[in-house]
Amino acid sequence: MSKTRIRVLVAKPGLDGHDRGAKVIARALRDAGMEVIYTGLRQTPEQIIEAAVQEDVNVIGLSILSGAHMYLFPKITDMLKERKMTDILVIAGGIIPAEDIVELNKMGIKKVFTPGTDTKEIVDFIKKNIAVA
Amino acid sequence: MDYKKVKKARKDWTDKTLDPVLKKFPERKEKFLTGSNKEVKRLYDPLDTENIDYLKEIGYPGDYPYTRGVQPTMYRGRLWTMRQYAGFGDAEESNRRYKYLLKNGQTGLSIAFDLPTQIGYDSDNSMSHGEVGKVGVAIDSLKDMEILFEGIPLDKVSTSMTINAPAAVLLAMYIAVAEKQGVPANKLNGTIQNDILKEYIARGTYIFPPLPSMRLITDIFEFCSKELPRWNTISISGYHIREAGSSAIQEIAFTLANGIAYVDAAVKKGLDVDNFAPRLSFFFNAHNDLFEEISKFRAARKLWAKIMKERFGAKNPKSLMLRFHTQTAGCTLTAQQPDNNIIRVTLQALAAVLGGTQSLHTNSRDEALSLPSQKSVRIALRTQQVIGYESGVTETVDPLAGSYYIETMTREIEDEVMVYIDKIDKLGGAPKAIENGFVQREIQNSAYQYQKDIEDKKKIIVGVNQFQSEEETMKDLLKVNPKIEKQQVEKLEDTKKSRAGNEVNKKLKELKKAANTDKNLMPFIIDCVKSYATLGEICDQLRDVFGEYKDSIKI
Repeated sequence: MSKTRIRVLVAKPGLDGHDRGAKVIARALRDAGMEVIYTGLRQTPEQIIEAAVQEDVNVIGLSILSGAHMYLFPKITDMLKERKMTDILVIAGGIIPAEDIVELNKMGIKKVFTPGTDTKEIVDFIKKNIAVA
Repeated sequence: MDYKKVKKARKDWTDKTLDPVLKKFPERKEKFLTGSNKEVKRLYDPLDTENIDYLKEIGYPGDYPYTRGVQPTMYRGRLWTMRQYAGFGDAEESNRRYKYLLKNGQTGLSIAFDLPTQIGYDSDNSMSHGEVGKVGVAIDSLKDMEILFEGIPLDKVSTSMTINAPAAVLLAMYIAVAEKQGVPANKLNGTIQNDILKEYIARGTYIFPPLPSMRLITDIFEFCSKELPRWNTISISGYHIREAGSSAIQEIAFTLANGIAYVDAAVKKGLDVDNFAPRLSFFFNAHNDLFEEISKFRAARKLWAKIMKERFGAKNPKSLMLRFHTQTAGCTLTAQQPDNNIIRVTLQALAAVLGGTQSLHTNSRDEALSLPSQKSVRIALRTQQVIGYESGVTETVDPLAGSYYIETMTREIEDEVMVYIDKIDKLGGAPKAIENGFVQREIQNSAYQYQKDIEDKKKIIVGVNQFQSEEETMKDLLKVNPKIEKQQVEKLEDTKKSRAGNEVNKKLKELKKAANTDKNLMPFIIDCVKSYATLGEICDQLRDVFGEYKDSIKI
C-alpha cells in the first residue's frame, strides 16, 4: 500500500430531508477511490464532529437545502476550531446564496458547491486540497 | 383502418423516402431517449397503436378507465386549481402572503410548514435551532393556526397542507380554527399530505415507525369519512420520489405501490373501500420531457382505476378516479442563468395540464438559489394563467389522445409500472420493500445515472453543461427574518402561560392512554389542540407510546 485513501464524511446537518445530492456525491467520491462515510439525516453539529473523530476523516462534506446553513455551519466550524481539528478540509453544498458563501468561506468552509456542479470538480478539489501521506 | 395498406406504405416510405436521406444525413444520435432513458423511435404510426383498443384502454373522459381524465368536460368546465405552495417565517407573515396570492387570482391555499413543525418539534426544542420559519411557517399551537388563517374564510377556500407525520395534529388545529370561525367540519375543503411511506423513501420528515404511522393514517381515513366528507385525507406523493432522482416509471410505480399499502391497511382495519377511497388523492412531479410526462399522467390514471376495481373490488366510480396535484420539478431548476427556469417551468406546467391535473404549483425561477421572492412567485403564478387563459390547450379535453406516440408511450409506461408493482408485491408490499431498502436503492441508482448522463453530456442542461455564459448574480433573494425564531419562542412561552395547565395535562394523558388502545385518536387529538397543548407536547405523548423511526442508510 503506497497511499492511504482519502476519508470523507458526508453529513446532513439539521432537519433537512433532501439527501439526493449528498448520496450522489457520496457515490461519486467513492467511485473516485475515496472512503466515504454517510451520516444519514438529522445530524446535530455534535454528532457530526463525533463521527468525524470516530472515522478519522480528512474531509467533511456538509449538505443542506433548508436554509439553516448560517446557523448550523458556524457551529460545526467553531467546534472544529475548539477541538483543534482544523486540518480537516470542510466543504459544503446545497441551496446557498452567493452572499452567504462569502461569509462561510471566512468561517473556514473552504468551498461551497452550488447546484449544477460537476462531481469531478468536487473530486479534483478534494484531491488538490488534501495531501494524504 | 386497413393495417395491411399501412404496413405496405410504411415499407415504401422507409425504402424510398427515409433511407436515402439517412444515408446522406445521419441522425444526430444513434439512440434517442426520453428524460427517463426510455428509447424513443424515429416515428410512430397507426401500426404502433394497432393493438390498443380505444374503448377498453382509452375510452371517454369521466368514464372508466379514466385515461382521458376524471371529468367529462375537464378544463371546459373549470380550470385546474392554481395552488402555490407558500409559507415562511411566522403565522402573521404567511397570512399576508396567502392574502396576496388570493388577491392575485390564486384559487386555493397550500401551506408550507417549517421543518420543526413537520417533525413534531416545538420552536423551543434544541433540534429546532436555525430551522424555525425557514422552509415554511412555524406552528406550535392552535394560537399560531388562528393567526395563520385570520381573515380567510375557511368555508370559501380549499387548503392543502404539506404535513405528514403529525398530519392528524395539524388537521385537528384546522378543524378547531374553522369551528371558531363558525364553519362546521363537514364544510371544509382541502388536503393533508399524510403520506408517510414516501417520507421513509425520499423526503425524510418521519417521526414514528411504520406500523403506528399507518394506524394514524387509517384513523384519519375513518374519522374524515364520517366528519369531513369533502376532505382529501391523503395525497399519495410521487413528487418527492421523483425529486430524489427516480425515473418517471419509478415515480408512478412506487407511488401506486404506496397507495395499495394504504388501501390494504384501511381495509384490514375494517373500513369499506368505497367509504374512504373517493377521498384519496395523488401528487405528481412534472419533469422536463413533455410527452413522457403527459403519458405518465394518463397511465397513472388508468392503472389506479384498474387496481381499485380489480384488486380491491371498489364499486363507487369516485373510488376509481385518480385525482392529482402536480408540481413542476424543483430538481430541474438551475442556479445558472436562473431566468431560463421560467421556460422550464412553463413546459412542465404544460405537461401537467395536458396530462389532466386537478391542481398545479409552478416553481419560481430562483428556487435553486433560495426561497422564492414575491416577484418570482408572481411570475410562476402568471405562467399558469397564461397557459389557462391564452394558450388554448384547455379548450378541448385530452387533446393529445390518439397521438400514436402518446398512446404508445402511455401503454408502455403502464406495462413497465406493472412489472415494478408485481415485484413489490412479491417483496411483501411497499412497507417491506422500503424496509429492506429496495425502493431507495432503485431511486439512488437512477439519480446517480442521471448525474452521470449530465456530466457525460448525454443529457444537455442549458446553461449548465452547454451554452454557459457569464452571469450576474441574482438580486432580491428572499431572506427570512432572523429574529423569527426568538419571536416564535417568546410567543410559545406566552401561550403556555395563558392556557389552563391542568386541562392541557389531562387531555395529553387521555391521548396517551388512547394511543395504547386501538381507539381512533382523532377526537383525542382535537381535544388536545383545543386546550392549546402544543404540537411538540402532543407528538411527545405519541413518541412515548409508538417510539421513533431510525433510518438505516444504504449508499
